[in-house]
Amino acid sequence: MEILVCVKRVPDSSENEIEVKGDGTDIERDDLVYSVNEWDNYAVEEAIQIRDKVGGTVTVASVGDEETEEVIRREMAMGADNGIHLMDDAFEGSDGKGLATTLKALVEQGSYDLILTGAQADDGAGQVGGMLAAMLDYPFASLVNLIEVVDDKKIKVGREIAGGNQEMNEIDLPCVLSIQTGINEPRYVGIRGIRKVASVEIPVKGVSDLGIDAGVVGAAGAKVKRLDYFVPELGEGAEMLEGSTEEIIEKLIELLKAKGGIK
Amino acid sequence: MAEIFAYILHKDGKADDTAYELINAAAKIDPEAPVTAVVAGSGSELDSACSEAAKIYPAVWKIDNEALAYVNAEAVRPMLVNIIPKGAVLLLPHEHFGMDLAPGLSIKLDAAYLPDVVDFEGVEGSTLNAIREEFSGMVSTHVAADLSGGVVVTVRPGAFAPDEDAAASGEVVDKSGDAGAAPALMRRYLETLVAEVGEVDITKSEILLSIGRGIEDEENLEIVFDLAKVMGADVSCSRPIVDAKWLEKSRQVGTSGQTVKPKVYIACGISGSFQHLGGIKGSPFIVAVNKNPKAPIFQAADVGVAADILEFLPELQEAIEELKG
Repeated sequence: MEILVCVKRVPDSSENEIEVKGDGTDIERDDLVYSVNEWDNYAVEEAIQIRDKVGGTVTVASVGDEETEEVIRREMAMGADNGIHLMDDAFEGSDGKGLATTLKALVEQGSYDLILTGAQADDGAGQVGGMLAAMLDYPFASLVNLIEVVDDKKIKVGREIAGGNQEMNEIDLPCVLSIQTGINEPRYVGIRGIRKVASVEIPVKGVSDLGIDAGVVGAAGAKVKRLDYFVPELGEGAEMLEGSTEEIIEKLIELLKAKGGIK
Repeated sequence: MAEIFAYILHKDGKADDTAYELINAAAKIDPEAPVTAVVAGSGSELDSACSEAAKIYPAVWKIDNEALAYVNAEAVRPMLVNIIPKGAVLLLPHEHFGMDLAPGLSIKLDAAYLPDVVDFEGVEGSTLNAIREEFSGMVSTHVAADLSGGVVVTVRPGAFAPDEDAAASGEVVDKSGDAGAAPALMRRYLETLVAEVGEVDITKSEILLSIGRGIEDEENLEIVFDLAKVMGADVSCSRPIVDAKWLEKSRQVGTSGQTVKPKVYIACGISGSFQHLGGIKGSPFIVAVNKNPKAPIFQAADVGVAADILEFLPELQEAIEELKG
């Protein structure tokens, strides 16, 4: 099975406090720790496990600036066979459709049976996979938490729906799936793994390599634009307990007793 | 002004809560715009969902097709493309079905796509202004969508207040013919596997001590179980704890896990994503303990403590033990 996994380099929000710059044009990026989007990492792990079971190759692709290469290399250290770096000034300011348009051009240069994305990334949109599938007229499923290969024509897919339930579907190949966290346990990547792929060539492709009109991607082609970042006016929120730890605990225990929080 | 359409989810003949919210979302876009509910399904369950929608919306479009007995995004998409007029605004809930349908639908309608909107700031010329969140709710953004070719929007469940009156008397129009036949499906629904109930049924717990990423390590779970024991609480958790396989899925609180309604909910080291908050909206008293005083959980909580749970919880346990003697 030929598998393409689309990944994104994002600030790791579990490691960083995200703050907005004074003028609202961006978040403070100077001290941020970046890594591969958590959902994408599960997608790469899933692709590797499928390849190890049924054979084939795993290719990791990412749209982004020079720094993005480290993320592609990290996923190759996990076990992906190939990496492709999609980099061009023309991609700057792309909306979801612009990204999907870029990835569609890449997909058409290969012959992939299965295309995986993360269910969402840092912007919480969860849009690129579904758009890409529609552009290719491939079937699509979001929030996938189980994949079973049936044969070389179809797979069985579980989706996470409300209440912890799982919706099972049969899907024809080729298809696009967006992967939910928890589908597997992504393997650890050590220094040795990174070293092994340190000198592997990662081809870079821009609009001309992909045969894309620069006007349909990037800010030029975007129908949706982010105007600014801001921190919303907070509501009343919680009553914050103040004082020494002892005082806080004393107040908290009183409240818990009153509300039935201690049996 | 563009027409607005609201896609209605329904189950067992009942409209989803979001059906009552999308009408208010539409009013925030443009209070003057005509709003039509679109309800797809099959048979008598569809009819009763349409009747309910007609109490909320001034107009209801029904798509009745046997292929939609279990509504599949791939089956309903071409039908919507056939009936939604060019340039319209289409609202869907941002949940598992909306996420399946909406992105691809926007491509087929050649419309802009605005995902997971939490508020609207109205229409200016041919631009729809909306508010979204990024980084799990830590920052918000103003976004502008080009309305000229229409726009597909997914609206976050719970972001808009429900229409309590539901005093409309909409006419149900059968659009099944215009919607056309179901396509040959490349994705076929098989079955729904219902979640197993684990050793503890957290939906019945009176006190929940709930943990998130702040627990840092599987070994630290002991701290929480020890405290839960002295409090008489059950232990629940947020999604990352289940993803890491530290606790079983049946203990997960949130829209993709369980909806709980304990007397007291104590969120420990949980930042408070909207999916998590969706699972605790029925809890009368919420306590949050988190070392990040800006964590969104403090907006949902009644009482907050800015502290590292790994230090705070053992001290709390000691104090309760002393109290009990």
